[in-house]
Amino acid sequence: MTSAKVLRYELQDLRRSRWMLGYALLLLLLTDALLRFGGGGPRAVLSLMNVVLVFVPLVSVVFGTMYLYGARDFIELLLAQPVGRGSLFAGLYAGLAAPLSLTFLLGVGSPFLWNAPADTPVGAPLMMLLAAGVLLTLVFTALAFLASLVFEDRAKGLGAAILAWLAATVLYDALIVLVATVSSDYPLELPLLGLTLLNPVDLGRVLLLLQFDTAALMGYTGAVFERFFGSVLGIAVASGALALWCAAPLALARRRFGRKDF
Amino acid sequence: MNSAVRSISPGDAPGTLALPRMAVAAEGLTKRFGRLEVLRGVDLAVRPGRVTALLGPNAAGKSTFLKLLLGLARPDGGSLTVCGTPVAAGPEYRMRIGYMPQQARFPENLTGREVVRLLRDLRGDEVPEDDELFGTFDLAREMDKPVRTLSGGTRQKLNAATAFMFRPSLLVLDEPTAGLDPIASGVLKEKIARTRDEGASVLLTSHVLSELDELADDVIFLLDGTVEFQGSLRRLREATAEPRLERAIARLMQRRRP
Repeated sequence: MTSAKVLRYELQDLRRSRWMLGYALLLLLLTDALLRFGGGGPRAVLSLMNVVLVFVPLVSVVFGTMYLYGARDFIELLLAQPVGRGSLFAGLYAGLAAPLSLTFLLGVGSPFLWNAPADTPVGAPLMMLLAAGVLLTLVFTALAFLASLVFEDRAKGLGAAILAWLAATVLYDALIVLVATVSSDYPLELPLLGLTLLNPVDLGRVLLLLQFDTAALMGYTGAVFERFFGSVLGIAVASGALALWCAAPLALARRRFGRKDF
Repeated sequence: MNSAVRSISPGDAPGTLALPRMAVAAEGLTKRFGRLEVLRGVDLAVRPGRVTALLGPNAAGKSTFLKLLLGLARPDGGSLTVCGTPVAAGPEYRMRIGYMPQQARFPENLTGREVVRLLRDLRGDEVPEDDELFGTFDLAREMDKPVRTLSGGTRQKLNAATAFMFRPSLLVLDEPTAGLDPIASGVLKEKIARTRDEGASVLLTSHVLSELDELADDVIFLLDGTVEFQGSLRRLREATAEPRLERAIARLMQRRRP
């Protein structure tokens, strides 16, 4: 009950946030442009994939962290009310993750409504794209909570958030390439598979690539994943790992929130 | 009640002041942040139906004590009860508390009305209400504007009005008059006195010692994480032979550092 009330106030607050409006508009324009000029539905979805994999985590983790530091005083006021910390935390997380996810769904999904390409169906890839985007939003919102609870200092927390994003999007790829080149004489499939499971953005990529049946063409990890698991099992494993990626930081943040001295 | 009042002095063992039930009672309360020992065994009692001023220099432990009282931080040791209920027993005791933080920073896109509704929702339906301050502060016209567009003073008025909103039996006011103009500040002080007369207990901090001469009944003076003095304002005056609180506090601090 408390969670629902906190969730509702946060929705009210974020609904009027200019940042959320900007996020929605940017996604809308990007998707619309890609659909109009990107040459056909499936190819547009493929280009969108990179937007989703890079941009959505960035916005979720940075906006989430900033929002939480900004709301710090109000959270303290809420903690001084007769509410338990657990339900307050649940409400706060849902109140941040839900509007970010909805904004993403609207921004990326709606241009497909009026730009629906007649010749090629985009249904399943689009659904997977939206699902991956929502999952990444949930994961990186959880990381934003963790960052803002671990670091008292706003600048440090924001730094940690950006570092997490950078690690997941850029540094991790570099690491995988490095591992692959340095040890190209050895059988690498299993270690690479393991490494992929450790990075939420890679997991999102694998999900999408498996869906597009272009896994073999699109990089090492995708190919390994498909060969090892096959499409269906691969998707299940990748989604499961992403869910874990959401649950683990969230559980840590929840624990921290419960014990923290504000 | 007055005989109980006199029995409270810094020398009293905390166990002897069990009756009547205190609005706030702390025994051997300790709290450290890292290596910093902020509270080192605080024994104090906030008597019901009185205005108690929690005073002390910077870093004496005032805010930390308020945080423990409000459940924002957990004590390391000792006990802390609000109207007889241990703070550690769960969040329900905060039903009785109306809290006014030093500076209100409400979510910027919400209106005053929405903030008020949220706070009311969180308490459930059957709470008594008191919207007097919304009227005397003339907040009606400001309630539908986003909080971010309100002036600092108006926000502070809203902050004060929400603390009194549920007729709490314990008011915790952190620098209540800071940021208010003299008129609003007068209104608030009057409200504090009236709420006290209706039976509520008030615990407040303030840097404006001169205004406490008329407002406070009791004084708790923290110094270096312990209670240096607690008792009625009159007793403080007698003990220090200073008629004004400001001088009396200065005298207390001198006594400590010869």
